[in-house]
Amino acid sequence: MRQIDAKTGCDSDACSCDSTESDENTRRQFLRSARTVTLGAISLTVLPSTLASETTPSSNDAGEPENGKESTPLYGFLVDTSTCIGAGKCLTACRVENNVPEGQYRTWVERYIHFKDGRIQVDQVPESGYAGSDVEKVDEDLVERAYFVPKLCNHCEDAPCNQVCPTHASITSPEGVELVDPDLCIGCAYCVQACPYGVRFVNHETGNADKCTWCYHRIMREEQPACVEACPVDARVFGRLDDPESEINKRLATVPTHVLKEHLGTHPKLHYIGISKEVT
Amino acid sequence: MPEANFIFPNDVHPPWSIMIVLYPYVTGLVAGAFVVSALYHVFRQEALKPVARLALVTSLCFCAFATIPLLLHLHHPERCFQVVITPSVTSAMAGFGFIYSMYMLLLIVEVWLVYRPEIVERAASSQGGVMGLFYRILALGDREITPGARAIDNWLIGALAMLGIPVACVLHGYVGFLFGAIKSNPWWSTSLMPVIFLASAIVSGIAALILLYQFICWRRGKRPDLDCVRSLCRYLWGFLVLAFALETLEVGQMAYESGGEWHILSVLLTEHLAVSYGLIQVLIGSVIPFLLLPIAIIRRLPGRLTTFLSALASLLVLIQVFAMRWNVVVGGQLFSKSFRGFVEFHLPVGGREGIVAAIIVLILPVVALWCAIKIFPVCEETDDSEISQLQGIQE
Repeated sequence: MRQIDAKTGCDSDACSCDSTESDENTRRQFLRSARTVTLGAISLTVLPSTLASETTPSSNDAGEPENGKESTPLYGFLVDTSTCIGAGKCLTACRVENNVPEGQYRTWVERYIHFKDGRIQVDQVPESGYAGSDVEKVDEDLVERAYFVPKLCNHCEDAPCNQVCPTHASITSPEGVELVDPDLCIGCAYCVQACPYGVRFVNHETGNADKCTWCYHRIMREEQPACVEACPVDARVFGRLDDPESEINKRLATVPTHVLKEHLGTHPKLHYIGISKEVT
Repeated sequence: MPEANFIFPNDVHPPWSIMIVLYPYVTGLVAGAFVVSALYHVFRQEALKPVARLALVTSLCFCAFATIPLLLHLHHPERCFQVVITPSVTSAMAGFGFIYSMYMLLLIVEVWLVYRPEIVERAASSQGGVMGLFYRILALGDREITPGARAIDNWLIGALAMLGIPVACVLHGYVGFLFGAIKSNPWWSTSLMPVIFLASAIVSGIAALILLYQFICWRRGKRPDLDCVRSLCRYLWGFLVLAFALETLEVGQMAYESGGEWHILSVLLTEHLAVSYGLIQVLIGSVIPFLLLPIAIIRRLPGRLTTFLSALASLLVLIQVFAMRWNVVVGGQLFSKSFRGFVEFHLPVGGREGIVAAIIVLILPVVALWCAIKIFPVCEETDDSEISQLQGIQE
């Protein structure tokens, strides 16, 4: 019959351990060593992740008071397609501000043309705008309606890019901004595949995943993102979602808005005014 | 229905190329070959005895090179260890380092246990020199090969083979999960994906072993064990039916549902993947082997015809599995996430992700296997009597 030692939990039939003092000492030494090794392994695994998270610039980096009176801001972005004129100023501003390589895009503007015969034409606004570009002219008599849709990172609350990143290189800042840690990115492009909006790319100069950061370096200085500042018609609105008096909150409260690919459940913080279901 | 042909500007260059096609292909061969060895060691399929060791060594050799395609693909391979140093618990990809390491360790230990008698014998008989030192190191100081010691070895081999089955399933099911869990891509996002990858992995492993076994026999001027070949063909046919059924069900369900993105997927299948999917994956790689394999297992068939038909079917199946990986990885990137247009895929000849690099990646495990076969017996039956005897003692 098997008997279990009440103190040691040891099966006395299966185990021949006479609990001598020397055995106990050896066991204690072993457990102590094992604990040291285990803690060492855990710290090796967990600490770099923690440190990686801490490399995210905090609100204190932006010079905000440390007395805790001011809470960490939560940012959002609104695009009013009814006012966008496709000037392309935002595109150049973004490329210059963030050194975005040619042929890759942190932001772009799409043009949707609904023809009277039911066709829909979609193309991309040239970076220099339409003036002087070689884009084929559209016969206005055939057009029912047309509008421009600026695209950029949606900074999703449940960001799939963030979820799939294997190394914690894709992170969410305390302000809700999706960022890429250039020191941790291995350039696997899994985040590029996971992003439903096509706003990520592997920067062919740095080899890192790259994307719109809402000009994080600027907003931490309480400046506006470069594209917002460059827009001549205020079609891009950036601001604090946690401030009821902010311009973005007022407009979100009063005007019907949409997010892209809502069915995917990513909960974007980029909202649109005036888009139809054909915008993907 | 969107008529416009517009692609998102960052979708112009698909970020995953031939190396991401090879990665599931190589790991599939690893998992598939292991399953064959497990059929012998765990499920006691005696007919597979001639290929049991070959299966294990093949699995090890391919596993040893499974990370090469990934490293070639990474833009920062020097940071690859970040995957295990700062792993993200929410990332499926972060599990690779741990799953792969566990599987590799299991394979090394099992192969060592299987070959321990040869290692000890050669360590004892060698007079010195490099090879003598090599075998003495491999023996790891354990020179005991008494029936009792071998009985323990055999028990451990069985236990490891049993443990290896779920690990192999995780290894390759996880590869399918990498794609299946990407909700942004309707061509990948299906819960069938891990099962499809697993089934096709087993198919590719069996097919590779049929070819390798017959090639080794041919090189040595020996006749292959026809019972073993027929048995492998039966398993290949069964798993091929399973894999093909799952692949067809996946596409069939998408077509039947005709969901929001079917308009782009239907064009993808009928135009952009017409050759690689319709012709190669379905017709040449699935339907023809499906018809050939039942003929190959007919007992009254001349031996040469059995070997020819089984080899031909296996070759076609290997092409099918490669085409399946291609159609998933490349096919899933041929349409833009705007779901309004298609992009061009260019496969360069040179470079890290070119055709030449891909061929080298596929040849490396074969070269390693060739070296392993030179050192250790894989198809010999000299140890059979001993193993049977030891199994008798064990029982």
